[in-house]
Amino acid sequence: MSYLQLKNVVKSYGDVRVIKGIDLTVEKGEFVVFVGPSGCGKSTLLRMIAGLTEVNDGSIELDGRDITKLPSSKRDLAMVFQSYALYPHMSVADNMSFALRLANVDKAEIKDKVGRAAEILNLSAYLDRTPKDLSGGQRQRVAIGRAIVRAPKVFLFDEPLSNLDAALRGQTRIEIAELHRNLGATTIYVTHDQVEAMTLADRVVVLRDGVIEQVGSPLELYDHPANQFVAQFIGTPKMNVIDTAALPTLGGIVGAAKAQDGFIGVRPESVIVNTDGSGALKGKVELVESLGADTLIYTQVGQAGEGRPKSVQIVARQNTRTSLRAGDTVGLDIAPDAFHLFDRKGQAVTARAA
Amino acid sequence: MKHLSLIIRTLGAWTVTLLIVFPLIWLFITAFKTELQAIAVPPELVFSPTLENFSEVQVRSDYLLYAKNSVITSVLSTLLGLAIAAPAAYSMAFFRTKHTRDILMWMLSTKMMPAVGALLPIYVLAQGAGLLDTLTSLTIVFTLSNLPIMVWMLYSGFKDIPPDILEAARMDGATLWGEFVHVVRPLAMGPLASTGLLCLVLSWNEAFWSLNLSSAQAGTLAVLIASYSSPEGLFWAKLSAASLLAIAPIVVVGWFSQKQLIQGLTFGAVK
Repeated sequence: MSYLQLKNVVKSYGDVRVIKGIDLTVEKGEFVVFVGPSGCGKSTLLRMIAGLTEVNDGSIELDGRDITKLPSSKRDLAMVFQSYALYPHMSVADNMSFALRLANVDKAEIKDKVGRAAEILNLSAYLDRTPKDLSGGQRQRVAIGRAIVRAPKVFLFDEPLSNLDAALRGQTRIEIAELHRNLGATTIYVTHDQVEAMTLADRVVVLRDGVIEQVGSPLELYDHPANQFVAQFIGTPKMNVIDTAALPTLGGIVGAAKAQDGFIGVRPESVIVNTDGSGALKGKVELVESLGADTLIYTQVGQAGEGRPKSVQIVARQNTRTSLRAGDTVGLDIAPDAFHLFDRKGQAVTARAA
Repeated sequence: MKHLSLIIRTLGAWTVTLLIVFPLIWLFITAFKTELQAIAVPPELVFSPTLENFSEVQVRSDYLLYAKNSVITSVLSTLLGLAIAAPAAYSMAFFRTKHTRDILMWMLSTKMMPAVGALLPIYVLAQGAGLLDTLTSLTIVFTLSNLPIMVWMLYSGFKDIPPDILEAARMDGATLWGEFVHVVRPLAMGPLASTGLLCLVLSWNEAFWSLNLSSAQAGTLAVLIASYSSPEGLFWAKLSAASLLAIAPIVVVGWFSQKQLIQGLTFGAVK
C-alpha cells in the first residue's frame, strides 16, 4: 500500500498543459527528489501535492485518503519554501510554533517541541529574534524547523537551498540528509541541481515538459538512463552522445551486433585518453580543465569533410593529471561495455547489456 | 549666490503657506469676536476675545447633536467600509485574474462621475425606504462613496505582502480567517490604519450627501455650518465658531496621524 499516490495528475493554464498526466507513488519514509530543467513542472507538481495549485484532472491520495480537493490547511503537509517565507512579524519561536498554536496544542508541549527542534537545528540562541536579524542560513533552518515541529505526514521542499551560497548549500544538504535519516519522514524535494538529487534521494523523478522521463534510484539513473535526456541530465560533465552517422568508426568499436542507426552515449570517465596517439579514435585536444582531483579533456574527433559536416566533441574525465595542451593530437579508447545506445527518438536500446 | 536662492525659496515657501493657512487663521480669530467686531472695516486686530459665540451655537442649534451624528456616521461608515474593502482587496491582491485590473479601474471610474449625477436616484431610493434624514442612509452612502478608494489603498498595501508567506500560513493549517487575522492584519497594519483614517476624515468632511439627505435629525456638522449661512442671514462670528467646532476634532486626529496618512498614500510607490 503506497503512502502518497498521484494518478494521472494534470494541470493546465488555459490551453497550455504544464503537467501532462503524472502517475507516481511514494512509499512511507521515502526521500523522493523531483529534478529537471527550469519550466519542467517540478515546482508546479509539488504545489499541487501541497494544495497551493489546483489540480485540473486526476487524483492525489495520501495515507488512504483522497486529498485532491482538500485545502492545504487540512492536508497535514509541511512545506519549506525557496524564499523561506518566514512570518516577518513573529519571533523565531513563534514562527516555529505557529502551526501548533493554530491547532491549540498545549503550551508546555509547544515549548518542548520548539525547544527540541531548535536544538537539532542549532537555533536555541535565536528563539527570541525576528527573521530579519538572522543570516540566510539561519532563516533556512527556521523554515526547516517550522516544518519539523509539526511532524507532518510529508515534508515538501521547494528548491530550499538555491538562495544559499555554495559553501552553505553543501553543508545544509548534509544536514537535510542527516535530518531525514533521524526522523525517517516521507519527503518530497524539488531541485534543479542534479548533485542535490543524487546525494539526497532514495528515488529520483526526472521531469521534462510536464512528463516523467524516468524514476529510479540515483545510480540506476546514472547507470541505466532510459533515454538520452536523462543520460545527459544526470552526471557532470554530461554524457557524450554521438550520432553514429557522424562518427562511423565508433560503431565499429561498439561492435557490429550492437551498432545501429542512432546515438551512442559514453560517460566522460569511460573515455581513455592516450597521449602517445594510439587508440581506436584520433582526436585533437581543444581544452584542458584541471580541477585538481579531476582533469577534463575536451577533444574534437573526426575530420570535417568526407560528406560529414563537422567533427564531434568528446569529453574525457580522468583522475590523473596531464601535460596535454590545446592543439595536441591524442588517441582515444572507450572502456569496454561502457556504451549506452539510443535510437533515433532518443530512447535507450535495451541491447546495451548484451 | 547659493545663499540668495535659499532666501528666495524660503520666502516663497512662507508666502504660499501663509496664503493657504490665512483663511483658517482668520476663521480662528473671528470665532472669538463679537458679531460687530467680526464685520468691522478695517478689521480689528486687537480685541478682547469672547466665548459667547460657542455657547450661542450650542444653545441655538444643538452643536452636540450634530457632532454626535458626525461621529456615528463617520465611525460606522469606516468600520463598514473596512469590513467590505479588506476582503475585496485581499482577493484582488492574492487571487488575481485577468479581469482584476479592469475591475479596479471600473471601481475608480465611479469616482470620476459627479456625485450630483446620482443624487436623484439615491434621494428617491432613500425616500422610498423611509430613510431620509436618518443616520442609516448617511452611513450607507458614505461607505459606498469611500469604497473605491479604500479598496485601492488596501489592494496596494496587501500587494506588498509576499504571497509565499500566506501560502506558508495555509500549509501551517491556517484557515482563510486565520490567515487574515494572524498574517495579513499584522503585516498590513500600516495600510489598514491609514485607509481607516482617510475614510474617517472623508466621511467627517462629507457635505454634499449630508446636505441633501439629512437636516435636523441626522444632520452632520457640515449641515450645522451650512445652516449659519442662508435663511437666518450671515452671522460671521457664529459661523466661524461653528466651523471651528466642526473642523477641530478632525484637525487634531489628522495632526496625530499624518505619518500614517502619508504612508498610506505612498505605499507601493516607495519601498
